[in-house]
Amino acid sequence: MLGEGILKGLAETARNFVGSYVSKERMTTVQYPEERIAPIEATRDFPFLVYDGGDWQAGMRCVACQICEKECPPKCIYIEKSKDKKPDALGKPQFYPAKFDIDISVCMSCQICVEVCPFEAIKMDTEFELSTTDRFGGLLLDRHQLAKSNQHYHHIHPTEAAEVDARLAGEKAKTNAKAKAAADAAAAKSAAPDTKAVAPPAKVVAPVVKPESQEA
Amino acid sequence: MIDKPIVDQLDQVFILLERWIVSFLPAGWQAVASVVLNVVAIIAVFPALFAIAVLLERKGLGRMQNRLGPNRVGPFGLFQPIADGLKSLTKEDIVPISADPVVHFLAPVFLVVVVFMGYAVLPMGRNMTLVKMDAGLLFYFAMGASTELSVFMAGWSSRNKYSLLGAMRAVAQMISYEVPLLMSSVAVVMITGSLSLEKIVAAQNQYSYGLPHWYIFTPWGFAGFALFAVAATAETNRSPFDLPEGESELVAGYFTEYSGFKFAEFFLGEYVGMLSISGLGATLFLGGWSAPLAILGWVPSWIWFFGKVMLSICVFIWLRGTLPRLRQDQLMNFAWKFVLPLTLLNLMVAAMWRFLGEGWERWVICSAVLLIAYVAMGRIGMRHGHIGTRKYRYAE
Amino acid sequence: MSIVFYIVAALAVGGALAAVLLKNTVHCALALTIAFAGIALLFLQLDAQFAGFAQILVYIGAVAILVVFAILLTRGSETPKDGVYGRKWPLGLVIAAAVFSDLAWAVLQSARVLPHEAISAPTVTVLQIGNALIGRYVLPLEIIALLLTAALIGAVIVAMHEKEAGK
Repeated sequence: MLGEGILKGLAETARNFVGSYVSKERMTTVQYPEERIAPIEATRDFPFLVYDGGDWQAGMRCVACQICEKECPPKCIYIEKSKDKKPDALGKPQFYPAKFDIDISVCMSCQICVEVCPFEAIKMDTEFELSTTDRFGGLLLDRHQLAKSNQHYHHIHPTEAAEVDARLAGEKAKTNAKAKAAADAAAAKSAAPDTKAVAPPAKVVAPVVKPESQEA
Repeated sequence: MIDKPIVDQLDQVFILLERWIVSFLPAGWQAVASVVLNVVAIIAVFPALFAIAVLLERKGLGRMQNRLGPNRVGPFGLFQPIADGLKSLTKEDIVPISADPVVHFLAPVFLVVVVFMGYAVLPMGRNMTLVKMDAGLLFYFAMGASTELSVFMAGWSSRNKYSLLGAMRAVAQMISYEVPLLMSSVAVVMITGSLSLEKIVAAQNQYSYGLPHWYIFTPWGFAGFALFAVAATAETNRSPFDLPEGESELVAGYFTEYSGFKFAEFFLGEYVGMLSISGLGATLFLGGWSAPLAILGWVPSWIWFFGKVMLSICVFIWLRGTLPRLRQDQLMNFAWKFVLPLTLLNLMVAAMWRFLGEGWERWVICSAVLLIAYVAMGRIGMRHGHIGTRKYRYAE
Repeated sequence: MSIVFYIVAALAVGGALAAVLLKNTVHCALALTIAFAGIALLFLQLDAQFAGFAQILVYIGAVAILVVFAILLTRGSETPKDGVYGRKWPLGLVIAAAVFSDLAWAVLQSARVLPHEAISAPTVTVLQIGNALIGRYVLPLEIIALLLTAALIGAVIVAMHEKEAGK
């Protein structure tokens, strides 16, 4: 009959109206900024640089390889390599970025810099309330502003951070083992002219280490 | 004054107040002062109701759409109309260079003036009509017809194709629905025997077995009220008939080029018109200021009138939140091919009601005729409801 | 002949003059609307409520809109480049003077016939108008109804004619 649909529609709207006072699912408004929806773990907004330990300069993982600068589609990263080297997490002397600027008004959050970084140095942050009144430099973040600790990374992306840490630890263990093996070999070689009995232990040790590194 | 019962005094409190204020003036000035006071009261009360209606609309629509309405300005957003008013007053008034300045200025003014004139004949309580006219209903419809001219003036003076198109559509819509509006009121006039709104309310203010004689409780009155409501929604350009002012259709239609206070005047005119036609609907079909049950007669009459008006506003808002917009040709077809024949049939049914005499027969016969006609016309109208290939009239 | 009458008369005459003297056609139509309103006020001043409100409803609410629609649909809203007045305006003046003198003679004749004392206008209620229409003047009423129906059907046919031609 004509008019049935209108009455059904009116009933539905009335149900919505009354239900919005009573049930949560009919009033889905979250009153920002007093209430906030917690972001899910895969949220990504703008990049930040990870550092291990307490000192942001000494512990920064970035070695200024400039791969992210070359791969960034809108070219929002600007890196200047340092002249000297500092030891990195694995003990090897590496370059470090003297300047590392990201213009977050240009950044499009594509995460390509994160995907290509071989050193797990740059990751995506979840901070989005970044508006500023400074038109000219307010959205250009420099090295100090971008450096955030590994604890922060664990806080915002727990699973990812755990994975990264495990991987880095594995690599570190591998390098350590290799270094230890090399040191043992060198020690054995230097001690070889003295006694021949010392040599066999060096050969025995090496095969035991390899399965460990493969496991990691 | 003191010996009348308190209920009566509360009912007539505004009349008594007015007489008391006017008694301070010399005798020659009293008539003029009384009229001026009444007019000032209307001009003060109805824009306040407009503010309430706007707030109700925004909060009500929000709740119907699973969201909160405005809730930042004041507790629960109650001061939002003040913020809106201030915003309209302080916005820059832009008049396009090629627009016609005189007509552009006069259009909203004319609309507001004409819409407020309609309140002169509404009986807002016992003895509370501004001007008691013998042909009160005719005066009301005369003022309603003049609003179309203001819409046209607004659309034409903007020198904007979209405005003109919107104005043409709006005027066509308003003229088309003017006829069913008048016809459904004529049934009421026929049964009451007078065009005077006070007499219409007095005829409905009788009770049998405690229930009132409101016209909506009769078959022809119920149909008449439904048709009046449809025509009233179309007259005031409210959803679902708001094509002339639909934001997604024609920018803003005939008031595209209006900004700041002139836009506020149009907005005011539209809502005050809505309140006005709700008042007329309440007077014609819902018994005006009479109470729904005889035992509730102690509540002041003006509370019932304004309660019915606000209830109608709530229904308008409900309809807006529910129904999609009608297209122009659907709207016009509906007016001429459905609503108008039903109003003519309603006139005949009202005549039958009068001449069949008291008794249960007239209820059955009138209800049956109206129901059969409604279902039949509905079936005929929905005959082509299947979605086939579209036939275009002008594109070859 | 009170002050109200003079004001309303000035409004009506001013509106009518503006309707013929203004350049922009739509302005002329709106001035004509003011003239209609003035006439309605004159009716109301004579206590002819029904006539006054019917004047507003019909003339301002329908005829004025018809006039502006006609102007718009025939693109007459552009200001004419040459002057507004025709060449043969002296002839027009003569004809207007003739019509005016005719009407003035008729009005003055009736004033001579009726007594000079102010008689109160008879209060004509809507009931009396209704009775007269259905009782004494039922034939003109039906003829007017037929005329309106013919006009309505004609309008529909004229509008539908395009569909026939388009097929």
